[in-house]
Amino acid sequence: MTKDEHKEGIGGMANPRRYGIERVAYLLMRLSGLGLLAYFVAHIYETSNILRGQVGWDELLEMTSTTEGHIILSIVIGMCVFHTVNGIRVMLGHGGVGVGKPARPDYPYEPASQNYRHKIGIYSAIVLAAFAMMYGLAVLFGE
Amino acid sequence: MAQVSSIAEEQASTPLSSSKSITLRISRYNPKHDDSSVFMEFTVPYQKWTTVLEAILDVKKHFDHSVAVRYSCRQATCGSCGMMINGKPKLACFTKISELNSDVITVEPMSNFPIIRDLAVKFERMFETHHKIKPYLIRDDTELESDAKEFLQSPKEVEQYIQFANCIKCGLCNSACPTMATDSSFVGPQALAQAYRYVADSRDKGKDSRLKMIDEPHGIWRCHFAGSCSQVCPKGVDPAMGIQLLRGYLLGFRS
Repeated sequence: MTKDEHKEGIGGMANPRRYGIERVAYLLMRLSGLGLLAYFVAHIYETSNILRGQVGWDELLEMTSTTEGHIILSIVIGMCVFHTVNGIRVMLGHGGVGVGKPARPDYPYEPASQNYRHKIGIYSAIVLAAFAMMYGLAVLFGE
Repeated sequence: MAQVSSIAEEQASTPLSSSKSITLRISRYNPKHDDSSVFMEFTVPYQKWTTVLEAILDVKKHFDHSVAVRYSCRQATCGSCGMMINGKPKLACFTKISELNSDVITVEPMSNFPIIRDLAVKFERMFETHHKIKPYLIRDDTELESDAKEFLQSPKEVEQYIQFANCIKCGLCNSACPTMATDSSFVGPQALAQAYRYVADSRDKGKDSRLKMIDEPHGIWRCHFAGSCSQVCPKGVDPAMGIQLLRGYLLGFRS
């Protein structure tokens, strides 16, 4: 990508403020995907410590038992729930489900693909993720 | 550093008796000799019906005729005057100042298009991708060879694609698309929506070749259904819907 192309770049791609809740969901989907990927790599590293024996395994488990560890795990729970629910919405949309039917458009041209079903799907994903995070925090800190 | 001017006692297309005025910030950039863009500010009077394009033309008439802007029909038909207006891609002729609810209006060239100068951008790449998807009916026969004088369609068959035939190639959808913001090789929502327009046309026989064309790494699979393209379309084309329906053909949900 060169300056001549006048691309918005990652800053423009990640800007969630201009195009409504759909673009917020788009950003959260990317962030949660990257977060889950990072957790997956860290999880493999963590579980591979069992090769160091009982002591090494216990040392690593202690790290996840701290306040920071609990908060990170709760965020992972939230990311997982959001990515799953919103992912199902996006996959259905990709198959043409719930995106409306082609028709002659009338002014003011409300796009049928941005309909209330998808908005409900996005808000549901956010609310469910928030509940899952709260539940995770309650369980982890309530030990 | 922004340059500030205001319309003096001269004739403006908007009567100067108007008590309302806005500050119009115009991005100035000439890639031939400028390192970066600068904003020039102008105070422009407006009425309820004044469009952003009219305000820019007032500036050209009274302050700086060198401001580069592309326009033609002034009625959202030619698709020439697309630009970023307060950060969102819109047609300048189709955007009233009074609807923006802002005392400051910033106009910039459309994102994701190379800049010619100031507000004018190059459309070559968009037209190339549009041409690539073969935006015409593909058939073995023609009306001239066939006994029938025309290829008849039922109203239901017309409904399948007529919405997508409204595209005026203004490029706003490509400018709003988050994938276009980072991927220089992406086909883009404009071309993909037009691919659907012809694939869904019952008279067309070129479905397989078009689907093959967009079924590639920088093709339809780069669309992640953010839907920004549909939100900015000034003609109600809804490219996001067309792309998802088109993907249905590739996934086997449609035939």
